[in-house]
Amino acid sequence: MAQVPVDESVVSACRRHAAAIADDVQTYVDRHTTVGVERTVARALGALGADDQGAPLANVLVDRYQAAGLLGHGIALPLGRALVRGAASVREAAERLAYGPDIDLLGPGPALGEVRRSLETATAAALAAIDGARTDREARKAALPPAREPLRYVIVATGNIYDDATQTRAAAFAGADIVAVIRATAQSLLDYVPEGPTTEGFGGTFATQENFRIIRRAADEASREYGRYVHQTNYSSGLCMAEIAWMGAVERLDMLLNDAMYGILFRDINMCRTFVDQYVSRRIVARAGIVINTGEDNYLTTADAVEKAHTVLASQFINEALAHRAGLADAQIGLGHAYEIDPRIEDSFLLEIAQAQLVRQVFDRHPIKWMPPTKHKTGDIFQSHVQDALFNLVGVTTRQSIELLGMFSEAVHNPLLMDRYLSLKAANYVFSAARHLGEEIEWRRGGRVEQRARQVLGEAHALLGEVERRTIWDAIERGAFADVKRTRHGGKGYAGVAAREPGYLNPLLEALEA
Amino acid sequence: MHPTEPKLLRAYGDRDGDGMVQLSFTLPLPPSARAREAARRFAEAHGLHEPHVTTMEACAEGFTYFVVYGHSRHSVDVSRIEVPELKEQPLTRDEVDQRIKTRLGRKIVLVGACTGSDAHTVGIDAILNYKGYAGDKGLESYKGFEVHNLGAQVENAALAARALALGADAVLVSQVVTQRNCHKENGAALVELLTRKGQRDGLVLLFGGPRIDHKLALELGFDAGFGPGTKPSDVASFLVHRLCGEA
Repeated sequence: MAQVPVDESVVSACRRHAAAIADDVQTYVDRHTTVGVERTVARALGALGADDQGAPLANVLVDRYQAAGLLGHGIALPLGRALVRGAASVREAAERLAYGPDIDLLGPGPALGEVRRSLETATAAALAAIDGARTDREARKAALPPAREPLRYVIVATGNIYDDATQTRAAAFAGADIVAVIRATAQSLLDYVPEGPTTEGFGGTFATQENFRIIRRAADEASREYGRYVHQTNYSSGLCMAEIAWMGAVERLDMLLNDAMYGILFRDINMCRTFVDQYVSRRIVARAGIVINTGEDNYLTTADAVEKAHTVLASQFINEALAHRAGLADAQIGLGHAYEIDPRIEDSFLLEIAQAQLVRQVFDRHPIKWMPPTKHKTGDIFQSHVQDALFNLVGVTTRQSIELLGMFSEAVHNPLLMDRYLSLKAANYVFSAARHLGEEIEWRRGGRVEQRARQVLGEAHALLGEVERRTIWDAIERGAFADVKRTRHGGKGYAGVAAREPGYLNPLLEALEA
Repeated sequence: MHPTEPKLLRAYGDRDGDGMVQLSFTLPLPPSARAREAARRFAEAHGLHEPHVTTMEACAEGFTYFVVYGHSRHSVDVSRIEVPELKEQPLTRDEVDQRIKTRLGRKIVLVGACTGSDAHTVGIDAILNYKGYAGDKGLESYKGFEVHNLGAQVENAALAARALALGADAVLVSQVVTQRNCHKENGAALVELLTRKGQRDGLVLLFGGPRIDHKLALELGFDAGFGPGTKPSDVASFLVHRLCGEA
């Protein structure tokens, strides 16, 4: 086997540092809530729909409580009190509180026990919805032959959900296991989730619950037709992280990109806000059996892939620790990394393989997400196809789990039908031709690959120690990851954070944490 | 050669004037003898003589992917082409810093951003970040530049306000997303805004991105455009030539 030597004592030390870093974040998370979290609770309990201007009921309701400075009690509290006082459903309660002349200012009222009991039915129905989707997925997968890794992941991004459905079926025809619908540019910065099917979007297609259903149907049709489970992926990230996790769980998405660190660094989303949102989204995802994909691959698009390789590994340890605190099993934690070393560097292939193998061994039960070259792609599509071939060779040799296939038209346009087909055809060839290469070779003792793996692990260990000493908040302020600096109270969405009051009520989260 | 003397060029395969090109495309029909003929005629309609369909494969249900070689009948008269090109000789980093120091005597203040909804900072980062691109260090690494990288999804109005507040000499706008020509609209809107606010004349305005060239940038009202493969030193050299005079 083409293994690299991994010093388990260093790995254990990395995990200890990561645990301390994650505990510090969790202490903050457990004392706060956000408008995104409370909207998720409202939706899950039944506050669905939007007004004639397209403003979701959950937004109008939660914004009113945030403006009144009462969000720290949990939106479930006024909803439950309205039920006790005679509202026929959570939706009716939400509509009264959202559109009525006055809100319930949470003065003396029904006993807390009574309020809790009034929410039991809605909470049970919410859990049943995501449990049902999970059972359905597991039954469908069990009825089909298991997919071989690396799973072949492609993106579609037409802007029109109906074209996306056509492209989903086309990708499945050509061999794709996973289809991700790229979101419209800047959706991550919207503080609400649009409603209904959408046919206009720049750079991608809006994530809406109805759009999830449309792609689910197309992927299920393709699964039946080609005898292979076709996974659907979207983005539980940005300011609506938890709401999208909820919608994805209900609509049986199989994977979600989900990474607070990515939002902080690359979308300038406030770190306090997104760590809280991430925790709740991951609690939902954990229960729903969805696999998350983390975004460490992006670090190497801004920082140098040789000098900063260890920041990817360090962040993976932190992401793993945060995910464990949200109840995710290792098999649900798809840690991300990428093939982004400058191809002009001699032995870049060896450096890539060392990193990929190291990550594979350190996180041996995790569905590792392997991302293709993008930064050093130009409009030379023929050269680009060769870069992708080497990327595929590393992917299959080091047994990466989920491989987002490179496109030869990277840096030119969103992939055309033909581009995706050729990418899948090439990946199928390389995966088949080199299927057992990793089992047949060994790296030279003390050679370049071994040395590189040891160096990266050692540097990650040092960085994790430093981040623990400084805390993650401070480390991000100093640009420890991706060479990007963000301040604790800067970025988008901080106004949507509220400290939890004593007696904070959130029956959904309580059930997910139980 | 006299500029009016015609000079006709054809694509060069392996002999002068053979016009050889390859074409790959998808037609929305399943593979068949009829589909192959359709691809051949499609290529012929593009001016390809003796088109040779070398690949025909189903790439989705009801879609076929083709590769075709053929001899293009078309030619171009390069003597009649006029394209504005950036003529400045590239300078080294030391030369840039030296000229700014001796001729300007202060730093050049540069504000960069991806504007509108564009969230792709890869281009602006390659030019501005210290690390640079392809071994060419970014403008942050120069002593002569004071760089403010505003990042992604910056509204034109916010960019204009920051440029004013920072006393910017130059503004660099990156546009990666080009769906439905939104990059052109965003660019033109910025020029209009700066003109309306009276800021345009005091700024060197640069436009960059994978689908941008110097000609397009000039058409939209920018001072220069930078396309794929641009290195930070190209941008630095342009700014020095524009802002530091000749001697």
